[in-house]
Amino acid sequence: MTPDIRVQREDFDQGHELSKFSARNPLSGAICSFTGQMRDFQGHDRATGKIITAMELDHYPGMAERQLQDLTREAQQRWPLDDICIVHRFGVLKPTEAIVFVATASAHRGDAFAACEFLMDWLKTKAPFWKKETGPGGTQWVEAKESDESRAERWQSRS
Amino acid sequence: MNILYFAWLRERIGIGEEAVSPPDTIQTVTQLMDWLSQRSAGHAAAFADRKLIRAAIDQIHSNHSLPITGAKEIAFFPPVTGGLA
Repeated sequence: MTPDIRVQREDFDQGHELSKFSARNPLSGAICSFTGQMRDFQGHDRATGKIITAMELDHYPGMAERQLQDLTREAQQRWPLDDICIVHRFGVLKPTEAIVFVATASAHRGDAFAACEFLMDWLKTKAPFWKKETGPGGTQWVEAKESDESRAERWQSRS
Repeated sequence: MNILYFAWLRERIGIGEEAVSPPDTIQTVTQLMDWLSQRSAGHAAAFADRKLIRAAIDQIHSNHSLPITGAKEIAFFPPVTGGLA
């Protein structure tokens, strides 16, 4: 099935996305999904103690969709997948809203799990989205993490 | 060719997009950054630290040594930070 790829400003319901995805793949025994959501900082980030009141995602229209399509092609070459769905937000995000949703359908769980993790790891280092956080001290762009690069790189040597 | 800027590059330069016609001597992404840096103080500030800049030629991730010949759209941006926190 042609992957369902959406880059959108609107919030979405991950439960509804997963139900739709399962329904359109009745022959797949394994459905795996991942949702990234904006944490409810309740004033400050648990990890850094930083106060964050708003988050906004900038993106490169056109290239974002194209990169996600390339990633799904790469995943389909590596694993026997029946279907893939990726939804990625841009614009202003509120706490607890979903940022990204990835789902994979396959005959067996191993392939569905692996492909879903691969898609998230590669998406984080290749898809053209940039996060900006706002707090009392002003607004700043989030810097890329080296740990994300190394999570993506470990897939290079596999399969 | 059309040049696009995203995230803090756009903020430092003050615009998200501009049409430019670099001379034929400008052949690589690096040379294009050198040339664009001369356009304004904002451009110079945005392109100051090349390690922090990624480029895409016609929407494909491209390293700085690649040729820009024939490109219609070149984008400059920081390393991506999508997905979740």
